Amino acid sequence: MGQIEWAMWANEQALASGLILITGGIVATAGHFTQWYFGAYSIVAGVFVCLLEYPRGKRKKGSTMERCGQKYMTAVVKLFGPLTRNYYIRAVLHLLLSVPAGFLLATILGTACLAIASGIYLLEMNSTHSQESVFLGSPLNPCSSVSPQTPACRNAWELLGGCRPRWAAVRGEQWTPIEPKPRERPHVGGTIKQPPSNPPPRPPAEARKKPSEEAEAAEGPSAGPQDNPIPVTDEIV
Amino acid sequence: MGNWVVNHCFSVLFLAVWLGLNVFLFVDAFLKYEKADKYYYTRKILGSTLACARASALCLNFNSMLILLPVCRNLLSFLRGTCSFCSRTLRKQLDHNLTFHKLVAYMICLHTAIHIIAHLFNFDCYSRSRQATDGSLASILSGLSHDEKKGGSWLNPIQSPNMTVEYVTFTSIAGLTGVIMTIALILMVTSATEFIRRSYFEVFWYTHHLFIFYILALGIHGIGGIVRGQTEKSMNESHPCKCAESFEMWDDHDSHCRRPEFEGHPAESWKWILAPVILYICERILRFYRSQQKVVITKVVMHPSKVLELQMNKRGFSMEVGQYIFINCPSISLLEWHPFTLTSAPEEDFFSIHIRVAGDWTENLIRAFEQQYSTIPRIEVDGPFGTASEDVLQYEVAVLVGAGIGVTPFASILKSIWYKFQCADHNLKTKKIYFYWICRETGAFSWFNDLLTSLEQEMEELGKVDFLNYRLFLTGWDSNIVGHAALNFDKATDILTGLKQKTSFGRPMWDNEFSKIATSHPKSVVGVFLCGPQTLAKSLRKCCHRYSSLDPRKVQFYFNKENF
Repeated sequence: MGQIEWAMWANEQALASGLILITGGIVATAGHFTQWYFGAYSIVAGVFVCLLEYPRGKRKKGSTMERCGQKYMTAVVKLFGPLTRNYYIRAVLHLLLSVPAGFLLATILGTACLAIASGIYLLEMNSTHSQESVFLGSPLNPCSSVSPQTPACRNAWELLGGCRPRWAAVRGEQWTPIEPKPRERPHVGGTIKQPPSNPPPRPPAEARKKPSEEAEAAEGPSAGPQDNPIPVTDEIV
Repeated sequence: MGNWVVNHCFSVLFLAVWLGLNVFLFVDAFLKYEKADKYYYTRKILGSTLACARASALCLNFNSMLILLPVCRNLLSFLRGTCSFCSRTLRKQLDHNLTFHKLVAYMICLHTAIHIIAHLFNFDCYSRSRQATDGSLASILSGLSHDEKKGGSWLNPIQSPNMTVEYVTFTSIAGLTGVIMTIALILMVTSATEFIRRSYFEVFWYTHHLFIFYILALGIHGIGGIVRGQTEKSMNESHPCKCAESFEMWDDHDSHCRRPEFEGHPAESWKWILAPVILYICERILRFYRSQQKVVITKVVMHPSKVLELQMNKRGFSMEVGQYIFINCPSISLLEWHPFTLTSAPEEDFFSIHIRVAGDWTENLIRAFEQQYSTIPRIEVDGPFGTASEDVLQYEVAVLVGAGIGVTPFASILKSIWYKFQCADHNLKTKKIYFYWICRETGAFSWFNDLLTSLEQEMEELGKVDFLNYRLFLTGWDSNIVGHAALNFDKATDILTGLKQKTSFGRPMWDNEFSKIATSHPKSVVGVFLCGPQTLAKSLRKCCHRYSSLDPRKVQFYFNKENF
């Protein structure tokens, strides 16, 4: 059970709750039920929850399937930074959003479902934190790899999204957007080497003299370092 | 096209019958509640939403009855066995049980939505008419007393003008069970989406057991008798046709009409779901009984890339090619059963499965078997299930394509074909097999590699090298691998796999392959079998159409989409 990312299920549940809130709200408003204005609120809250939860976050392990067309919403959700990234904030937000819808029968189902989604997000936070503390601080696994000098949280902004508790080494409990991988341009013929553009380097000075010596040798036996008993001709292929 | 019709006509027919029944039940119940005189007064308060709610309730009963049946896999196996005289195509439909289960679930969700929306309107109407003081028929009907002692029989469940609909919902049996059922249904659906099921199977499996609450709540949902109709006696005395107009005079002594009396509709959901629930309980008991039978693990092999092979024996176990079993390891998880395709042939005296790491449970299982010095964990087996893939043996030329993990059932098929070939089994029509193995990298399937190597050797010994023609395609290659392959071009065996057949890189060009096969076997019927992704199925099907000759005597390709 340790590897389960509850946030993924919470995301599905919250998306479903959003749709249920919208439906209940439409029914209440269209039917002009008593206190139908709660229905109108429910529609707005449902739309907001759906838009927030539509982009699926990246899984910690393995590849994540994107929802159809989610990249547009991902850009918007990313804008809000830690407000939308942090699962704690999402859990609290969903709980608060679900309360007003609980006053109307038509939307009370949406309330219950959204509250459950909020609970599952809190479950994710709980399980990740307890995992980390067991892994890093237990006597069975005395950690020496995490430096106690990790700077503590400095201000509220860090507290919301950037601050990691001292003993947390795994960044897990937040929503990470699925970024499209930059397309590598295919290197056409990357291994094809262009023919050399410069002429080959000139041989050293001694070698350059050889053709004139050979010309002398062609006329008669050379008086060079070797005396060949049989005339030798250099066959250049 | 003909191929598609043959493969799918029974499914289409079955779905058409199911949809037709749904529509029929809905319309029938709708008309009954909309037209019947018994509900005349109820309709006066509620309008058409009464009929809507009742019609969707009937469809909910029908679908709740159906939903448990496709998951009774032992029952389905039994049906498959007893109907062996039926055509294989018919029996193949039993393999689509999970698809049907999902369709029925979607229908339940749809009707739940209709039912809840209709009842929301109903409750609102009841509430309004309870609070109305205009002396209309609706308000008089709503005022009918709930007090049994005074002999009153009520129509409106909202007893007093101060009672809110929320109060009635949560204090009546129908309302409370309705809320429980709906929440259970929603949780089951959100945890059963494909993404959650494939990534975190345990979440799906354990949450899905909320169906117990759903079934129990459904059984007692109608006990309160909240849907009221006029009693027979009251209809005989004061029929609504005569008496509805003169409702102001009901209490007068000299009027012919008296106050109508109402009775609740008895609960009927339990009648629909009783039989499937009993069948399902029997199914679970049977699974438990089968799981208690002793499974002897005869051999444990740890293949490279953390693939575990388990060879087992169980009394009375008999399998066919392409079937799968469910296994459970109580020391890892008491309740989880996971399916694995059998990789052994029926001719062997054991049955085997190959397990790869694909999640928590498999990882724990492999780790448990890796411990050399502790006792081997106990395994429970249920099965085998699935329609046998005997079709492969019916074709003269078989083209088998296995992509990735889809290569697993072909282990069983290839071994079986080889055994039959060795014994010169007359039932075996196959003369030639073309096997295409496509995978990203061979690491996790090196056991299959070994199987091909041993088949290669055996074929050489028998002198029948051209019986099996296989090609391996590595789709996850890079220039290093290709460079190595190019350098070792002259070697007799492939450097990556050690097989005689050289590995190709990239994806196969099916046009080339099919045209080669068509030219080599101009007069045969070729069966194409795939175990792999949908996109591959599409391209293979296209090639089958393209390369099948128009002349029925010449080469014909038949595409069999097997859902292993």
